Amino acid sequence: MSSPESGEPAQEQPGSVAVAGESEATEAAGASTIAQTSAPEVMAGSLGEYTRIWLRRVRSGESGALPVVIGLIIIGAYFQIREPAFLSAGNIANLMTQAGFIITFCMAQTFPLLLGEIDLSLGFNAGIGGAITLWMVAVAHPFPTWLAILAGIAACTAIAAIEGLIIVWLRIPSFVVTLAGLLGLNGVLLWLFEQTGSVGLGGVIQDHNGFINGLVSNNVSPTAGWIILIAAVALAAVYLIFRDQRRRAHGLSAPPLSVTILKLVFLAAVGLALVLILNHNRSSGVIPLEGVPWVVPIVLAMTVVLSVLLGRTKFGRYMYAVGGNAEAARRAGVNLSRIRVLAFAMCGLIGGITGILYSSFLGSISNNIAGGQYVLYSVAGAVIGGVSLFGGRGRITGAVLGGFVVAVIYNGVILLGLGAAGQYIWTAAVLLAAVTLDALARRGSTVT
Amino acid sequence: MVTNGSEDGTRPEGRVPSASAPAGPEANGDTPLLRLENIGKSFGPVQALSGITLDIPAGKVTALAGDNGAGKSTLIKCIAGIYQPTTGHLVWQGKPEHLHSPRDATNLGIATVYQDLALADNLDIVANMLLGHELTRFGLLDEIKMEIAAKKTLADLRVTTVRSIRQPVGSLSGGQRQAVAVAKAVMQEAKLVIMDEPTAALGVTQTELVLSLIEQLASTGHAVLVVSHNLTDVFRVADRLAVLYLGRLAAVGPKEEFDTASVVDLMTTGASARLRNGGSEPAASGNVSSGAEG
Repeated sequence: MSSPESGEPAQEQPGSVAVAGESEATEAAGASTIAQTSAPEVMAGSLGEYTRIWLRRVRSGESGALPVVIGLIIIGAYFQIREPAFLSAGNIANLMTQAGFIITFCMAQTFPLLLGEIDLSLGFNAGIGGAITLWMVAVAHPFPTWLAILAGIAACTAIAAIEGLIIVWLRIPSFVVTLAGLLGLNGVLLWLFEQTGSVGLGGVIQDHNGFINGLVSNNVSPTAGWIILIAAVALAAVYLIFRDQRRRAHGLSAPPLSVTILKLVFLAAVGLALVLILNHNRSSGVIPLEGVPWVVPIVLAMTVVLSVLLGRTKFGRYMYAVGGNAEAARRAGVNLSRIRVLAFAMCGLIGGITGILYSSFLGSISNNIAGGQYVLYSVAGAVIGGVSLFGGRGRITGAVLGGFVVAVIYNGVILLGLGAAGQYIWTAAVLLAAVTLDALARRGSTVT
Repeated sequence: MVTNGSEDGTRPEGRVPSASAPAGPEANGDTPLLRLENIGKSFGPVQALSGITLDIPAGKVTALAGDNGAGKSTLIKCIAGIYQPTTGHLVWQGKPEHLHSPRDATNLGIATVYQDLALADNLDIVANMLLGHELTRFGLLDEIKMEIAAKKTLADLRVTTVRSIRQPVGSLSGGQRQAVAVAKAVMQEAKLVIMDEPTAALGVTQTELVLSLIEQLASTGHAVLVVSHNLTDVFRVADRLAVLYLGRLAAVGPKEEFDTASVVDLMTTGASARLRNGGSEPAASGNVSSGAEG
């Protein structure tokens, strides 16, 4: 009975010696293994050091958003070469409005994915939210707009929360529960349209509400666009600089000021280019068409709020803890069921917003919404943006970038006139490339 | 009865924690931090533990040795609140206690570091150490305060090998992970830290790191209960030794009363003729109770 026990240390010995040797090497080499894996923010004292640590991190597989950004540039450049209208003001505005709901789909899916779960019913759930909102503001029903929006979002949240409860209570994998949701909610959506009578005649509810219609495609006035940009950059600057100052005041390490300024300059430059292009009059007619579409500040605000939720609150911390090691979280007193249900509820809530943005983009909602396809887009976008399917890794900003990649392909392929076939194949190729790159980088880091 | 229990022994009890200890838990007078009184546990007809009476004083390292199936795991699960003893009870700082859940044990100040360590690899050291006990400011996580608190705890435990406490735990070595798990227990104001086979999977350097951590933990006034197979490590860090044999306490006493040969005898047969002082506490006679689980 004691033989396996006594055999164990003997087996461990060679491996252990290697570990010890490695740690000694680490001491000698200064900052090698640790610097590779920890964020440069907490390691570097100067810009040069920051760059070195960052480069080492990229080489060791912790590349963060870099592959997505490079991928985006390559894809964008290809489309621009094939079709010069790609980067025109008109198409960029168009791209923004198309990207809005795809990005929010990816944000929604990020929540279950962070726990290693998935919500396959997201697409049809969003469709139900959009249908409820549009039905409530349809001419025959004088519900106030805010109530309609709230009801749509609440319905989606409730549906997703119920799915979460079933997963937690009956301990059924989320894949199965939400697969049932995918089928069931498609049925519910069809049934809802039947119940609306003349409003949903022909399987389409038209949007007659000015506010909801303008939510995505109406433009912020050029002046307001500048004000929003300046305010956003100023807020980011104040937040970053104050945070670093507070860290230094408490004797903790903080990124060098030059790095913070570089980040802010980059942020400002991207914003500047976007606002400049979009404020350009893109109308060929008499009435000017200019300004940033409303969907841009909406998605920006959602990104900030959700990033704070995941990165700066107890709920967010527990999301990552449960996704990383559920047993550790449980022993630390985290209520796993509560976090799981909340994650699905958040997915539903963002899904509800997505449903409304989607119907605003189309100006209507149909009962044959491609719910299944949008779910797959949401997973693809999140994964392209670095959200792990196994839980515990990924950020909202990653989901935004990944969703944007999907939208750029969608937009570019239509622009090139390739149709659905091209769109699917392109998305598949990019998804595969993103995952392969990630896997290769990771393998490289473990071998060395 | 509680005070009587420790008076019968002649050995000096309860090393006073060093003065520099940061508000270290204190064993007042002769009352040990934790006293197990006649603990027995049976699973149906299987008697896993019987008549375990053992003192675990603050500021000392108590090692629990025993072969597979001797009942070591069962005993620590009884202390950690996972199992409820069938007979007997715990006396915590002189007060009888019945633990109904692991939470009860945590609330008293009993922390268990299991072999799997229960760390989230994707979170950094600070986040792991404060998991479930996050500090907030205006409803948001106060990373600065948490980082300072974590830093201080690691410094108290003389854990100096980690370069940045903002690196993910997944990037740490085995010994460093063990250190983070122990620091997490200390962070949550544990007075007694139970460590299950802390050096089982570690190499030489890493084992040294963990052993000095255990010594540091005791010198800051914590009671430490180490479950280990490795007699070299046991003799290196333990102040007191308790040997289990088939669910009974075969012997218990200060380390000086034992040597490797006598401990091996006790672990394998439940008795030893080689004990230096004949074993200080009434050891279980060699009669065999039914097999206990390990």
